[in-house]
Amino acid sequence: MSEKNEAETKSTLKISDIDMQFKNEVKKIPGGERMMMCFQCGTCTADCPIARFSDTYRPRQLLRMAQLGLKEKVLSSDQLWLCAACYTCVDHCPQDVEISSVIRALKNLAVKEGYTPLVFKELASAVLETGLGYKIPELRLKKRQEAGLPPLPKSNVENLSKLLRQTGFSRLVEKGGSNGGK
Amino acid sequence: MANNRYLLFLGCAIPYRVTSYEISGRKVAAKLGLELVEMPDYNCCGLPLDPADHEIMLMLAARNLCIAEKQGLSIMTLCPGCAGTLRKVNRLLKEDKHEREKVNSRLKEAGLEFKGTIQVKHLMQVLAEDVGLEKIKESVSRPLVNLCVAEHSGCHVVRPQKYIGFDDPEDPKILKSLIEVTGAKCLDYFDETECCGAPVVGVNDKISLSLTRDKLSHMKAVDAKAVITVCPFCHMMFDTNQTRIERSFNETYGMPVLHYPQLLGLAMGFSPEELALKDLRVDASKVVNMI
Repeated sequence: MSEKNEAETKSTLKISDIDMQFKNEVKKIPGGERMMMCFQCGTCTADCPIARFSDTYRPRQLLRMAQLGLKEKVLSSDQLWLCAACYTCVDHCPQDVEISSVIRALKNLAVKEGYTPLVFKELASAVLETGLGYKIPELRLKKRQEAGLPPLPKSNVENLSKLLRQTGFSRLVEKGGSNGGK
Repeated sequence: MANNRYLLFLGCAIPYRVTSYEISGRKVAAKLGLELVEMPDYNCCGLPLDPADHEIMLMLAARNLCIAEKQGLSIMTLCPGCAGTLRKVNRLLKEDKHEREKVNSRLKEAGLEFKGTIQVKHLMQVLAEDVGLEKIKESVSRPLVNLCVAEHSGCHVVRPQKYIGFDDPEDPKILKSLIEVTGAKCLDYFDETECCGAPVVGVNDKISLSLTRDKLSHMKAVDAKAVITVCPFCHMMFDTNQTRIERSFNETYGMPVLHYPQLLGLAMGFSPEELALKDLRVDASKVVNMI
């Protein structure tokens, strides 16, 4: 295949790549409900501080891919994880789509499919062990006392885990995603 | 009615990495007659895990709200991320019966129930709404008249507007007026409302640092002598990462970054030591010498 033909093939949308049910999956997650209302005006991208410093991050494109049902392509995309959740797009969207929340819903689905950045596994295990997002070193806690601060309240992690057991939490701690991380 | 008694929700980042914010925050709160009660048994607000699983975020936030309800006190946070998350979930569970019932059926397993009896506010909101500018002004004994600074409110204190409903995200004024009651001048600068870049640290450091650098250069262009922040993450970007930015872009800023309570504390007459100014990465003695 010539180079030109290969490029053409790559940019062609194949019907077999499309998952017609994907939009319903996204809409089921809180924040993703209004995804199909996006009419591609591009306000989100024009106003996005990340897009300004990136040659590749375009929230509008992510929305369009998701609308079209390009499930695999959008969920495996590194671009998803560049959203800073600054919510500028949420405030500016003329269609009230909550772009940043749709992207968060896509991240949630990506995690379910096993595309989980390692940081979440670390975070989840810290939460399970200490209740907090970090395992704060003893030295820090000692320094608090030296600075005259009251001791840091301890979480009842047993009680907390009763709650988290009812969510996909253990899956996140163990595997970083249901497919064990891709 | 104005409230002067709050549960202090410290979150994770502040006790781990930004205790100077907590130290100075407690000092000024006490001076203003705010009673801060330690929040027992709290856990991560949930925000960091929202991208991984929205349900987990909901449970983490709801548990915190239930603990506060048991104490019969509203929550004050120093971190805008915690405030934004807890506020949003508090509102959702108060307004959406279906969601509340769903969450409550899970909370029951841990012996908890969401009733919707408390409020959640960020420090800035407590200062503006409960303490009031007049009272803050009265507490100033050493007006910082020679000081010109830039503010960085950050994102989660004001956005998304429909969930937070505080200040104007397009033209935030509250931190400005809080700064101005200290006697300091707060300068306008280009792209003032933009994100500091912190949330993408670790995903793409280059983009993250470029954003902070962009803001620093706009602040420098208007000759700001310091940056005033109200968020531990914004603070780490401007202060902790400033040397890294200077190195990466081959530029010099030397811009002191103060937590708002440090600025207010200086105006109240507290010493730099009492406000943990020595904990800042960028030397703030230039600012102290101007007073």
